[in-house]
Amino acid sequence: MKTLKKSTIISNLETAPGAYILSFPRSFDFVPGQVIGIAMNPEEKPRLYSIASGNKEQVIRILYTIKPGGKLTPGLARLQAGDSIFVSEPFGGFICGEEPAFWVATGTGIAPFASMFYSGVSNNKVLIQGNRFASGLYFREDFEKGMGNRYFPSCTREEVEGLYYGRVLKFLSEKETLDPGLKYYLCGSAEMVVDVRDLLIERGVPFENVVAEIFF
Amino acid sequence: MEEKQGVLFGKTLRQLESEVFELGLPRYTATQITDWLYKKDVTSIDEMSNLSKEAREKLSERYEMGLSEPVKVQVSVDGTKKYLYRAHNGKFIETAYIPERDRHTLCVSSQVGCKMGCLFCFTAKQGFQGNLNAGEILNQIWSLPERQLITNIVYMGMGEPFDNMEAVMQSLEILTAEYGLAISPRRITVSTIGIIPAIKTFLELSSCHLAVSLHSPFEEERRRIMPIEHVYSLTQVLEAIRSFPLGKQRRISFEYIVFKDLNHSPRHVKELARILNGIRCRINLLRFHPVPGTPLKAPDEKTLQEFKTALEKKGLTTTIRKSRGQDIYAACGLLSTKEQQPR
Repeated sequence: MKTLKKSTIISNLETAPGAYILSFPRSFDFVPGQVIGIAMNPEEKPRLYSIASGNKEQVIRILYTIKPGGKLTPGLARLQAGDSIFVSEPFGGFICGEEPAFWVATGTGIAPFASMFYSGVSNNKVLIQGNRFASGLYFREDFEKGMGNRYFPSCTREEVEGLYYGRVLKFLSEKETLDPGLKYYLCGSAEMVVDVRDLLIERGVPFENVVAEIFF
Repeated sequence: MEEKQGVLFGKTLRQLESEVFELGLPRYTATQITDWLYKKDVTSIDEMSNLSKEAREKLSERYEMGLSEPVKVQVSVDGTKKYLYRAHNGKFIETAYIPERDRHTLCVSSQVGCKMGCLFCFTAKQGFQGNLNAGEILNQIWSLPERQLITNIVYMGMGEPFDNMEAVMQSLEILTAEYGLAISPRRITVSTIGIIPAIKTFLELSSCHLAVSLHSPFEEERRRIMPIEHVYSLTQVLEAIRSFPLGKQRRISFEYIVFKDLNHSPRHVKELARILNGIRCRINLLRFHPVPGTPLKAPDEKTLQEFKTALEKKGLTTTIRKSRGQDIYAACGLLSTKEQQPR
């Protein structure tokens, strides 16, 4: 892990029940899709989070949900503007090129795609976002405005007008064609990543075109 | 009845000292308890006969022993046995017992399922369903019918051990401590896909052997089959290992599953020799046993042998791991996956 540097929180807002967006000033360059380590004091082992903001913005945003019994997130959620956190340099290689691609995300797995979107690399991308509830479709309004009919939000636990009802796996399995020449970037729970990857491979997408990020 | 607060099995001596202090019991009670837990075959607190009646009552009010027998076993024609244990969350984990003439290895799980999503792994298909606690890791050893025969323990079962660092380190302490099972750390190997902060902690705090899943020396190629490469690159993993003085006793091995037409070319040999240069290590080649839905295939035996020879010619100590328990899918998580499915 890289050295941790002190940073002052600009805001720490609950964006949906139990989900927060933490912002602090950007003091480094990064490539959309990279992660940073965050800790509440410099002696702690930092936890990794994908950056969710664009690489030209002056702030860094991360998206996190409170893990009951977790060592970091319950405390992190209590922090306010002006409090300090400790942040590593960015690293990681979940990076999307200029080529057309599918982005598939569930839960807070949307964060790296949000960073790519806010960095302006979504023009030829299709985004499939899933969560249990509509409130957990983070950044939805921005995606709707910015990606239009290339954005497919979905929910598994509630039926909402304008949202696909079901898992992202089901949404993809119902598509008549899945171009095997495209890249498919996946980020979310291990179960989603493995299920969607299996489906894509079964539908003829070479495994080298499936790029998966994991959370842990 | 008041719900019990926890389990005794899997607690370190220091944790037990703190627990007995809370219960108002003498400090030496903790040593007596470790003796009963890790040296003697008792299955209940009542059997801890040198503890005072008051101590046993107080302990029984708060704790269960935390031991559980395997719920199922599959036996291979080659003698390998795969045991299924039930975890605290009602899910199942697998433990493989692999007997050989002079070595009896137990392969233990550290998590239910796995988050790492490696393309070649059947456990990955379960997704992640929870961490095991230290007691559940140790119970796989303690409750094994062949416990007395075990000579080596490998953390290579279900899950990524370094994604459950606290419980894994706790279990290693109890396995190797004098107050615990007193097994030599040279008989224990922990395998990881390469979580760097945890590798550093492990190398600092434990003397057990380390195995790293490598599978390709090229980052781009490794990334396609092991998503962890996006977060912790192989280059950084090797840097972390190089930066730690390993001593003469400790062994570092690199696990390398050979996939047909993917990772055994002369280019791979050359690159492996380059990246492993200066690390005293062994490469352990593994035959790939395809799991359902995986696009990867196994090479023929000749290819495997040629790859081994080519690596040895580059000065890399290379072994081919004998495949065991193929008829019961000893290494793939299939039994627990089936058991996990609703009926």
